[in-house]
Amino acid sequence: MSNVKNFTKGFLKENPVFVLLLGMCPTLGVTTSAQNGLGMGLATTFVLVMANLVVSLVKDVIPDKVRIPSFIIIIASFVTVVELSMQAYLPALFESLGLFIPLIVVNCIVLGRAEAFASKNKPLASIIDGLGMGLGFSLALTILGSARELLGSGKIFGFQIFDGSYGMLVFILAPGAFLVLAYLISIVNKLNKA
Amino acid sequence: MGSKKESTFVNMVGALLIVTLISSAILGYIYELTKEPISKARLNKKITAIKEVVPEFNNNPDSAKFEIPVEGGAPVVAYPAEMNGEFVGVAIETYTNSGFGGLIKIMVGFEPDGTIYNYQVLEHKETPGLGTHMAEWFKPSSGVVKKRNVFADWLFGVKPSSGGDSKSIVGKNPGKVKMIVSKDGGDIDAITAATISSRAFLDAVNRGYNSFKSHYSQTEKEVTNE
Amino acid sequence: MEYVIIVISAIFVNNIVLSQFLGICPFLGVSKKISTAAGMAGAVTFVMVISTIVTYLIQKMILDKLGIAFMQTITFILVIAALVQLVEIILKKVSPSLYQALGVFLPLITTNCAILGVAIMTIQKDYNLMEGVVFAISTAIGFGLSLVIFAGLREHVDMMNVPKGMKGIPIALVMAGILAMAFMGFSGIV
Repeated sequence: MSNVKNFTKGFLKENPVFVLLLGMCPTLGVTTSAQNGLGMGLATTFVLVMANLVVSLVKDVIPDKVRIPSFIIIIASFVTVVELSMQAYLPALFESLGLFIPLIVVNCIVLGRAEAFASKNKPLASIIDGLGMGLGFSLALTILGSARELLGSGKIFGFQIFDGSYGMLVFILAPGAFLVLAYLISIVNKLNKA
Repeated sequence: MGSKKESTFVNMVGALLIVTLISSAILGYIYELTKEPISKARLNKKITAIKEVVPEFNNNPDSAKFEIPVEGGAPVVAYPAEMNGEFVGVAIETYTNSGFGGLIKIMVGFEPDGTIYNYQVLEHKETPGLGTHMAEWFKPSSGVVKKRNVFADWLFGVKPSSGGDSKSIVGKNPGKVKMIVSKDGGDIDAITAATISSRAFLDAVNRGYNSFKSHYSQTEKEVTNE
Repeated sequence: MEYVIIVISAIFVNNIVLSQFLGICPFLGVSKKISTAAGMAGAVTFVMVISTIVTYLIQKMILDKLGIAFMQTITFILVIAALVQLVEIILKKVSPSLYQALGVFLPLITTNCAILGVAIMTIQKDYNLMEGVVFAISTAIGFGLSLVIFAGLREHVDMMNVPKGMKGIPIALVMAGILAMAFMGFSGIV
């Protein structure tokens, strides 16, 4: 497929969160604010792109039976790089995202793309696929995070839009994540049908 | 595409070994690279917290830090602050285990006479939107009273706060003001709907004050006994 | 007494799926029928408990001793992947029907955030081995409980008139949200 189509498919048609329903755990867990959603999305995008690149480069050298464990090692290494770098240079974000950073390694999107795409395609196509899927993921997380932050506390990215006491607390708590995601998915389904 | 390597035992073990070795080497390198920035970031966070809670100082409270033992629990850490050699206050890193989500760590700054200068919440697992208010609740309000939209308040069931500074602990001395929630007979108003977090917060404050008192009145006694 | 708090907290108050958001993929994917949900819960329990024990030992005896704690993510996930392979082999021999029913979701247990999450949390919360095992068993019970309840709800809703745009996953998520709200009611207990 053309490079452009390869890149944009991750945004709507094959959005990993809204359409493929992958990577649900961080989607629900870190989107208590738009900033957290964006930060997690970008961290995952980095791992996606790097892992896709490396997997595509070594796909002919790794024997078939051990490809999944090898992919896991490669992905886990990049996740650890993200962990250490965030701890050193973005400590506040590291603390907000907490447990979900090492959990990027079990984000079905990363292993899924490595297995479904990068192990069968050239490095450049794999990078573009990783980038498109990652940014689509980031977009989904940022939208979900913004919706929850706005409805729950009246802020987006920390900017107070309306007074916090009118916020509905449930949206920042666990049930709100499920509810907002449910309606976002049905909206995207409608958009994709159109 | 190129031919895939055969899945012989040697090939499999070899491939896994090489991948593991390369990634371990790279990770070891990155770890060394980030070790210093990570400890710097941790220290920075602490110094920023100390700066927030005690009056201006020009010593290094972190290098002067010491522990004060706490009966039946972990010690608290005291970071004394001095301006030109004169003792201006001490930041005490105190804690409580009775939070709604468990451990809460706060940094409370005491002036030499025991009055609370300010505080900062360091670590907690309280409920967002309820217990998390403790980061600001116990500080004095900004003073400017916002005009409230009466219709919106009625529609959303918001009761405007009663104002007054019975919530704040800043500028009060735990030796004179009872740092207990008013519900339990004390002088501090708890966070609305977050009594457990409020009680835990004040428990940490009192632990800090008691350690402060036990250490500094001891040193006073030593001085007067000479 | 400590253990009772761990158990109640892990099953109800901080339910791994409904309040910590770990294990959502199988939660949404396998919860269509109660029987498959129960089977998945059993497999997850096994992997969760054994992996917690093994990763705990590796952390204390190897990673901490050698000062290479940053290798935690890699070693933990490899242990889990190996255990899942083991479970697959055992299940194929012992209960081929369950093996068929779980299908592609069986290898996906490796990417179940709940298992890696529990292994990491046991270290972070500074539990000893016994507390870690209790934590893992309770979390698995909580996982199984929410899965089975959810499967029961979905079986019911399948027979009802759901608006077209909400059919399938959206209505399932709304139900999950309400279930999460119900579980929030447990928060006063500990």
